[in-house]
Formats: sequence, C-alpha cells, structure tokens
Amino acid sequence: METRKAVIRIEGLCKSFGDNVVLDHFDLTLYEGENLVVLGKSGSGKSVLIKCIIGLLHPDAGRIEVFGENVPDLNYTELDQMRARVGFLFQSNALYDSMTVRENLEFPLRRHWMKTPQKEVDERVHEVLKNVGLAHTTEMMPAELSGGMRKRIALARTLILHPSIILYDEPTTGLDPITGMEIIELIQQVQQEYHTASLVISHDLKLAQIAAERVIMLIDGKCYAQGTFNELRASTDPKVKAFFD
Amino acid sequence: MNYPAKSRVFLHEIGELTRFVLRFFREAFRPRYEFSELVHQCFVIGYKSLSLVALTAFIMGLVLTMQLRPSMVRYGVEAQIPAMVCIAIIREIGPVITALIFAGKIGSSIGAELGSMRVTEQIDAMEVSGTNPFKYLVVTRTMAATLMLPVLVILADAISLFGSWIGVNIYEVLSFRLFYTQVIDNLAYYDAIPAIIKTFFFGFAVGIVGCFKGYFSTKGTEGVGRSANSAVVMSSVLIFILDLLAVQVAELIWDF
Ligand SMILES: Nc1ncnc2c1ncn2[C@@H]1O[C@H](COP(=O)(O)OP(=O)(O)OP(=O)(O)O)[C@@H](O)[C@H]1O
Ligand SMILES: [Mg+2]
Repeated sequence: METRKAVIRIEGLCKSFGDNVVLDHFDLTLYEGENLVVLGKSGSGKSVLIKCIIGLLHPDAGRIEVFGENVPDLNYTELDQMRARVGFLFQSNALYDSMTVRENLEFPLRRHWMKTPQKEVDERVHEVLKNVGLAHTTEMMPAELSGGMRKRIALARTLILHPSIILYDEPTTGLDPITGMEIIELIQQVQQEYHTASLVISHDLKLAQIAAERVIMLIDGKCYAQGTFNELRASTDPKVKAFFD
Repeated sequence: MNYPAKSRVFLHEIGELTRFVLRFFREAFRPRYEFSELVHQCFVIGYKSLSLVALTAFIMGLVLTMQLRPSMVRYGVEAQIPAMVCIAIIREIGPVITALIFAGKIGSSIGAELGSMRVTEQIDAMEVSGTNPFKYLVVTRTMAATLMLPVLVILADAISLFGSWIGVNIYEVLSFRLFYTQVIDNLAYYDAIPAIIKTFFFGFAVGIVGCFKGYFSTKGTEGVGRSANSAVVMSSVLIFILDLLAVQVAELIWDF
C-alpha cells in the first residue's frame, strides 16, 4: 500500500518502570515526508515513546529502527550521528536558560559539527529565526520570551541542523488556542519547506485534525488503532470514542 | 520513617554517590575534553564566591584576634598573638570556614542549576545535541570547584591575617612588617602544605555533591530546592569528615 520509504520503524517496543508497564508491544512506522500524529491521554507513555526513539531511554524489548539502524544497539558515536539527523522538540522546550537565543541556536550546530565556519553559523541562525518569525530576538534570554515564542525558538533550534525527521513532544500543550494554532501552522510550514517527516505526540485533537496525514492511538501501551483523523472519529470502539468525546 | 528504612536510604545514597564519583573519574580523563567550559566555570565559581569569602575571612581574622586577646593577656603572652592566630587560621579555620562558605554558595548553586536543568529537560536536550552532559556539566563544575577552592583558601588566609593585624592594632601598635615577620617565623611547611592539600578534597566534595544532587534531581520545582539544600548539608558534613581524615593522614605521613 505504502510505496514511500520508512524512516522510523518500531516493532514490539516494551518499556516499564518497575511495576508500571508503560509501553507494551507498541508498533509504529513513519514514512519519509509524512506527518504522523500519535494521540494518547496524559500519562499514557507518549513522552517515553519519543525518548526511546531518540535514545534517551533504553527500551526493555523491541526494535526501534531509525534510518534502518536499531537505536538500542548504537554506540555513542553512532547515536550522535543519528541524533544530528533527527530533531527533537521537547515538551518543556528545554531552552538553555543561561544562554541567549543565539547561543541556544548555535549550541547543537557547534557540538555536532565542530568545524562549521562562523559565517555559516550566522547564516543558519538567521535563516531559522526568520522561518519561525522571530528574527529580532537573537540577543534575548529565554526568560524574556513568552511561552509561544519559546516554543518557536525551541523549534528553530531543532531546525538548525536541517533534520530529516522531527519529533514533536506535545507542541501545543500549555499554549492558548490561538498561539497553539500558530504553532500548528508553523509545523506544517516547516514540513513543506524542509521536507521533513514529522512524528507529533499529542493529546490535542485539533492538532491531529489539522496537521495529521495519519493518526495512531496510543492506548494501554499499544498501537490501539490507526487511520486518518476522520476514520478514527467515526470509530465505534469505546476506548477510541472516549477520546473524541 | 523507622530507623532500618532510614539507614537503608542513607546507605543507598552513599552507594549512589560512590558510583557517581567513579563515573567522574572514568569520564574526566577520556576525550572529548570540555576545556573552554572548564575555564569558564573556574571563572564563574571563583568570581562568584570571591567577595563573600573575602568578607568572612577578614571578619574571622579580626574576631579571632579580639577573642583570643583576654586569655593571652592573662597568661602574659600577648606577644604570641600573631603566631597563635596564624597557626589557627592557616591550619584549620581558613580552610574549613572557606570551604563551608564555598559549600553554601557554590554547592547550592550547582545543585539548583543542574536540578533545574534536569527538571526542564535541558540535560536531555544537551544529550541529543551531540554533547555528553556528564562531561559538559558535571566534570567541568567539579574540576573547577576542586581547583578554585585552594586558590580561595590561600586568599582567605591572607585576608584573615590582615584582619588579625587590624585586630592587634586596636589595642596596641604593631607594624605590619613586624606582624608579618612573627607570622612567617612561626609557620612551618608542616602547617601550610597539608592544609592546602586538604582543600583540594574539600573543593572536590563540594563540586561532586552539588552535581550529584542536581543531576539526579527529581521532577518538579520542589525537587530543585531540595537538591540545592541537601547539596549544602551533605557537602558541609563531608568537609568535616574529610578534615578529620586529613589530620590523621597528615600526622601519619609527617611521622615517617
Ligand atoms: N524516568 C521515569 N521513571 C519512572 N517512571 C517514569 C519515568 N518517565 C515516565 N514514567 C512513567 O511513565 C508513564 C508515562 O509517562 P509519560 O511522560 O510518557 O506520559 P505522557 O504520555 O508524555 O504524558 P503527558 O501528556 O502528561 O506528558 C507515567 O506513568 C510516568 O510515571
Ligand atoms: Mg509527555
């Protein structure tokens, strides 16, 4: 059915913390250039899933292939190389609050590609800031920015390496509906401009409705249902229905 | 909480801290070295505590002299005040008081900084940005604390002695030159060197405990406060324990 190449393929992913089983044989495939939204209620293990993908958490069992390589098997150097191609937008933005916006943006660039000339660094900083519409904030500190602006800067920071996949951890949570809407538009705009595949983790139905090509429901640690937003909304399964009411 | 459970928590903590220290040595001597961050941290850590250390050192020297004076006068040995104060300051009071001030100032700020970085996922963000956060944050801060505390202590000793000279001059006139000669004449290498060496250990304790508490800070802003607080408590206690050990070890070595 799908002719596109898979960039992320997850099979039988299990993760528990003590007795708390969070992910239980979870499966997911993300195709090149696709916009996939994973919906799940708070505490369902969405952040855990996305952290396993980027290698911040070690799964108990299962395969997580990113660009065809199994993440839990990668050594430190290989993991770094993978992470340079995968952007991660943290739920809490995770801007370095002791650094200016410019230093925040330069950080991943200087760390992943140590020998980037200053001229290219400046160009990239300028480019990503323009793309998120905050070109005037370069010398500001994160504490001086509003929540929506911080989200944009965090997105700019993930864009600066021109990743081929971006993982979004609840990009609209904690923002007012209008700002949330702006972020959704920005995500779509980014996807068109940089041709990235996006994996968006959320419990925001509006986000799923607008941005998703495909939706996966994460319930009880499993890929409980998937399809387009409208297919899922029409579902008669009580657990899926409960989410849309 | 009952006592068995409490002691289990305590032993667990000691075990975790030991693992953390071992990890420090594993990571510190393996590339990549975060040299520029180390220099930056040395500056920040030294500079931050400088004025506080200077102030407390001055007061300590002054007060100590004034407090000692009545007893010394009673025994008719007030001429020995500079020698006496100097030994007390160089061997014990300078290193320990400075280390405690350092623990209060730097230990808590490292604990709070790393704690809030942990809670707001900044440490994770570093990790996905091609940086080993342990090297970048923990190793640099701990090394900077280890290197800067001895410098601060030497400075504090000097300022303390100056304070003491002022203290002497409140009651009698003693030229700084004479004071200085009396101090130097009474000071042996045996007094100064072990006292300076132990401050490296104090600095290391403050740095590593601050990092340990912050690095494993639990969720929430409340956790950050707790990290900062327990970093100060734990490193202060450690300073006294290390001080006790240092005395024993110094005596052992000197006897050989
Ligand atoms: N480091 C950890 N140690 C222990 N338990 C954890 C850890 N991280 C997550 N959990 C547990 O895993 C479960 C899922 O957490 P997760 O953060 O993935 O939820 P989430 O779906 O992202 O929710 P939210 O929408 O609130 O962000 C929770 O029950 C949480 O207690
Ligand atoms: Mg989450």
